[in-house]
Amino acid sequence: MNHLSLIIKREYLTKVRNKSFIIMTFLSPLIMVGIFSLVAYLSQLNNDKVRTISVLDESGLFVHQFEDDNNLKFNTLTDISLEEAKKATELNGEYGLLFIPKKTSIDELAKSITFYSEDSPSLVVMGDIERTIRSKSNTLKLEEAGFNAQQISDLRVDIETKLETFAGEKTSKLGSGLKLIFGGIAGYLLFMFIIIYGNMIMRSVIEEKTSRIIEVIVSSVKPMKLLLGKILGTSLAGVTQFTAWVLLLSIFSFAITAIFGIDPSAMQAEQMQTAVEASGNEMEGLMMEAILEFQNLPILNLVIMFLLFFIGGYLLYASLYAAIGAAVDSETDTQQFMLPILLPLILAVYVGFFTVIEDPHGTVSQVFSFIPFTSPVVMLMRIPFGVPIWQQIVSVLILFATFIGTVWFAAKIYRVGILMYGKKPSYKEIIKWLKY
Amino acid sequence: MDKLLVANNVSKSFGEFTALNDVSIEVPKGSIFGLLGPNGAGKTTLIRIINQITMPDTGHVLLDGEPLKPHHIENIGYLPEERGLYKSMKVGEQALYLAQLKGLSKAEAKKRLKYWFERLEIGDWWNKKIQELSKGMAQKIQFIVTVLHEPKLLIFDEPFSGFDPINANLIKDEILKLRDDGATVIFSTHRMESVEEMCDHIALINKSNKILDGKLIDIKRQYKSNTFEVGLVTSNKSEVAAIIEDKFEVFPTDFKTINDELQYKIKIPVNAMANDLVTFLTTQGQVTHFAEVVPSASDIFIETVRNN
Repeated sequence: MNHLSLIIKREYLTKVRNKSFIIMTFLSPLIMVGIFSLVAYLSQLNNDKVRTISVLDESGLFVHQFEDDNNLKFNTLTDISLEEAKKATELNGEYGLLFIPKKTSIDELAKSITFYSEDSPSLVVMGDIERTIRSKSNTLKLEEAGFNAQQISDLRVDIETKLETFAGEKTSKLGSGLKLIFGGIAGYLLFMFIIIYGNMIMRSVIEEKTSRIIEVIVSSVKPMKLLLGKILGTSLAGVTQFTAWVLLLSIFSFAITAIFGIDPSAMQAEQMQTAVEASGNEMEGLMMEAILEFQNLPILNLVIMFLLFFIGGYLLYASLYAAIGAAVDSETDTQQFMLPILLPLILAVYVGFFTVIEDPHGTVSQVFSFIPFTSPVVMLMRIPFGVPIWQQIVSVLILFATFIGTVWFAAKIYRVGILMYGKKPSYKEIIKWLKY
Repeated sequence: MDKLLVANNVSKSFGEFTALNDVSIEVPKGSIFGLLGPNGAGKTTLIRIINQITMPDTGHVLLDGEPLKPHHIENIGYLPEERGLYKSMKVGEQALYLAQLKGLSKAEAKKRLKYWFERLEIGDWWNKKIQELSKGMAQKIQFIVTVLHEPKLLIFDEPFSGFDPINANLIKDEILKLRDDGATVIFSTHRMESVEEMCDHIALINKSNKILDGKLIDIKRQYKSNTFEVGLVTSNKSEVAAIIEDKFEVFPTDFKTINDELQYKIKIPVNAMANDLVTFLTTQGQVTHFAEVVPSASDIFIETVRNN
């Protein structure tokens, strides 16, 4: 077996056999599923509770306007004073009392409606009640002004702008959302991967220095090979862990759905439903559209570029992490060198999540998708929105050219740094090492 | 004699700092070669150059007549001064890994490890982690890993540090045995008594320059000062003492004895003969002790470095 594969094998096995690595691999998805299930369970519990609201309508305009549903029950009071009603409501342990006084005009009425309750009522409930009152009041005012409310409702025109590129590709706002999700996931995944496994590489370099085995190893293999083997072995361990996470996440959420009947995704679906206020029919249409949009995405382009940017970006940062590990003696000394690495990464994520969302092809987005330290994240988030192929290729070329540069730089520092003990180097000293 | 390793005019500087300045050494086959020098003299840099960890700026190194190439690492075993093992890796696994990096096949490495583990009495620790072992035990394993691939050239940098006297002796005997089996040893240490005991050649490096090298015995001859340690029993001590101190260059000395005697170190001129001194002494009393003062490696080390 040649040296490189020996090193990769050792690095991989030490990582995946490490106890904390194994524990994290199993615990992380468990904790995630656990938290989501708990939240879903609690909100379900909340939803199951039926709240009763008494309505004292002195104006008599809103009789039968409030409709009961699963969570809210309306109890209409009549021939009772406000004080008595308040007492009765509190005594019965009801959620609250809606008091609509008698006023001469709708405008005045709108300002004098009061909701009495033990403490602050839920915003969702108030929203429901206000919506009902508003819609009825509008109708009443229209009729007062001599319009037929039904006619006006029928005359209302719904606008839905169709989006199409010059090249004839149909898109929609939903499609934009979908692109955002794809780009966001890709960019964020890379970001997480770099931070988690970059750190792991750094620690493994430091470990070899502190245990003083490094000189024994470099008398057998070239430092460059050791560096390469370390990066590749750790990355393989990273891919293994990520795959395990995805698998375990699906298994755990499946198991929890099957056993407890709680669906972690139900919560989101419900929220979405209220957000779009879509009826069953519309929902189905939405799904169809989503599938169509999905097919519209440049899947092949996305996958190829994802791989290229992921590998390029990861290796770029991994080599820098290794260089830092070689330059210092212990993990506490890494702080001063971490900032220059983290800054462009965080910047990339910010640019990705704010600027790209606002304007995927604006100047800022374009510039940052060419700078090699931010391009992997930013470009990955832009690609679903359609980036000219020449831009993608130029960006990848810049990235890989820089990668060769940083590996050269990292290897230089690594070669010298691993044999330097005892002192914390300054930036100035590290620059000097490049000339050794 | 055949040279296993030849370094010709090797220089290396790090930025402003010159670590090695035009250093040449020749290590004869089958010898134990002491590489000596004060801290920071450049020994480790030279050793790293031989191990191809660092490249020389100028000059070149020949191993068995060939310029150093990457494949030569299989012919060299190196025990660095700054040494250690992976703390959380199992002993056996780790030794196998390091042996395979030196070019041994897995099966062969396993076989030889078994042999060495038995030989140095490290029986059933194959599955223990290094962090569970004592320092001396870890050092033994490190020693085994260094010699396992049966290299032609062995380089030991302070091999005895971390060993108790019993184990240090054990390792010393192993090194001598490896030499007898045909290996050549480069040996860097500050412990002069082991240089005295083991080395047949030495080179002394000070402030990046080689200031002395050759066969230890030749160097000692070169450094001898025609000084003799004598014991003389006489009834007339003060008179004889006055005569001797007047006639020769003398130094006080103190060696163990059963007699009540005069004790001196007497230095005679370079061309003078020892026999003449003995003859003279016999006229003054009973000679109970006569020995040439041979400069120790330590004396030579201190004197040369100081004069440099």
